[in-house]
Amino acid sequence: MTNSKGRFGIYGGQYIPETLMNAVIELETAYEHYKNDEQFQTELSALFNEYAGRPSRLYYAEKMTKNLGGAKIYLKREDLNHTGAHKINNVLGQALLAKKMGKTRLIAETGAGQHGVATATAAALMGMECVVFMGEEDTKRQALNVYRMRLLGAEVIPVKTGTATLKDAVSEAMREWTSRIDDTHYCLGSVMGPHPFPTIVRDFQAVISREIKEQMLAKEGRLPDAVLACVGGGSNAIGSFYHFIPDKSVRLIGCEAAGRGIDTFETAATMNTGRVGIFHGMKSYFCQDEYGQIAPVYSISAGLDYPGVGPEHAWLHDTGRAEYVPVTDEEAVCAFEYLAKTEGIIPAIESAHAVAHALKIAPEMEKERIIVITVSGRGDKDCAAIARYRGEEIYE
Amino acid sequence: MSKIASAFANGKAFIPFITCGDPDLETTAACVREMVRNGADLIELGIPFSDPTAEGPVIQGANLRALSGGVTTDRIFSMVRDLREDISIPMVFMTYANVVFSYGSERFLSSCAQVGIDGLILPDLPFEEKEEFLPICRKYGVDLISLIAPTSAGRIARIAREAEGFIYLVSSLGVTGMRSEITTDLASIVKVIRENTDVPCAIGFGISTPEQARTMAGYADGAIVGSAIIRLIAQYRRQAPAKVGEFVKSLKDAL
Repeated sequence: MTNSKGRFGIYGGQYIPETLMNAVIELETAYEHYKNDEQFQTELSALFNEYAGRPSRLYYAEKMTKNLGGAKIYLKREDLNHTGAHKINNVLGQALLAKKMGKTRLIAETGAGQHGVATATAAALMGMECVVFMGEEDTKRQALNVYRMRLLGAEVIPVKTGTATLKDAVSEAMREWTSRIDDTHYCLGSVMGPHPFPTIVRDFQAVISREIKEQMLAKEGRLPDAVLACVGGGSNAIGSFYHFIPDKSVRLIGCEAAGRGIDTFETAATMNTGRVGIFHGMKSYFCQDEYGQIAPVYSISAGLDYPGVGPEHAWLHDTGRAEYVPVTDEEAVCAFEYLAKTEGIIPAIESAHAVAHALKIAPEMEKERIIVITVSGRGDKDCAAIARYRGEEIYE
Repeated sequence: MSKIASAFANGKAFIPFITCGDPDLETTAACVREMVRNGADLIELGIPFSDPTAEGPVIQGANLRALSGGVTTDRIFSMVRDLREDISIPMVFMTYANVVFSYGSERFLSSCAQVGIDGLILPDLPFEEKEEFLPICRKYGVDLISLIAPTSAGRIARIAREAEGFIYLVSSLGVTGMRSEITTDLASIVKVIRENTDVPCAIGFGISTPEQARTMAGYADGAIVGSAIIRLIAQYRRQAPAKVGEFVKSLKDAL
């Protein structure tokens, strides 16, 4: 009998080349050991608190709340973390784990560059070698992050295959891992890929919902009515949702990148336009054609420009525990500008997708209701691209 | 006994790989006929996938060209049906799990049986996940081929014991593509395979010259060559069949 692991309902699994199987088994064994190891957890907490600046703030967005005239709005400020996004939570965990496993080299894929920057940062901190794969298209959209990674000592390899975006960067990082396993850990950036990655990344990101819960109980003495987060692969969303999954009164809302609209081909809204498939090591929802060829997806946000979604999200979707809504480029850009002008906070264009959905639902909710929006990252990296979207030819 | 075993019945087997539809299906069919005429013992037909994560640049390019040319799984089934009118040696499909799953695993495998496909190789389906397709493969009499890699330590015996058709032994780490040198200790891997099964074993990944094919086949029951053939097709396009035939002959003769 075979023994498929890492399932969320029918989703997940380990659909990877035989060459990588012992590597993921080694990773799973190490993780199972260290996740209950007091010393490991102490070291990780120290990195989170002293280095990354946790806990991140749960900020009451008073002006936004008054302006929308409905539910009370809190922002979970993952944008205030060191390196400017939630990505650092996962990376510090995986880098520490890799170091304990005796690995000396980290490889990673990156879309917007946030995960690449975080991985390069952890590698610098822990004295490890680092190679980041980034779609050539994204190296142009996010040139500043490319420089940042190099500054941190990482090598950035532009990926020219396929659509030259995030999915191709993942494929190339997987290819690289099959050619060099002994000293190398693949630091996957989202809750996707083969088991144990969706579980490991979720556990490291779950600090977000653990803090929201504590902070909300301290500030309001009760749980929120809804938690909103953007979903590409889905790591900040699963981190924001995780500790609320048993609390059925809390609506969990994932905001997908609809690009130019879910009725167009220029979209990355996997749950709203895709169907079940097997790719990048997992069974989940994917944007694909009738023959299973993975679709070239599109979003203004390089970080959400991915044709799949993490398997636990697929399961939360099917069971109805979480909702997944599409948000267009235009709506996200408006929300990006709105939050900057209203609260003086420039969110990442990825996070702006969650802000955009809050702009739709908050006014419809009663004043006693509370919603939390996870601002997964800061938007400095996006300013030039948004300016260009609005017709201003500025360059970094 | 599996029909695939017949490919290994007369000495070392030579197994060429070709991506279907690169540059078009007419050329693919002509290449297959040339390969058979020149001594191929089993044909590995690649169904292109948009994101072939186990392939190096050469076969990635072939997948891209084939898909840009409009090839589909249905059109490949038709090509195989036509080939089966005059070709009797075993043929297997090599593709990725999503191509089968998305088509409908049952529908895909019943079509395989109808057109005369004898086996299925899915590089992104390890031992732990084979239940996804194995029961349906069994139902339609299509062998699900197992892969063993240089990093399979501790897993070889288990994989070999349940193997059917033939075992695809991956010669080296990394993706498909030509290599100047293969340094894996293949002899000791084959030894463990032999202790656990009578299913034949063919070695692939990185074999591009008659000398390498001879050396590799020396360790096992056959050699698989892909990228070096694809490179000829990329170079000669519709004129490739004759060149492919010559090349296959040189490889088969070397075994």
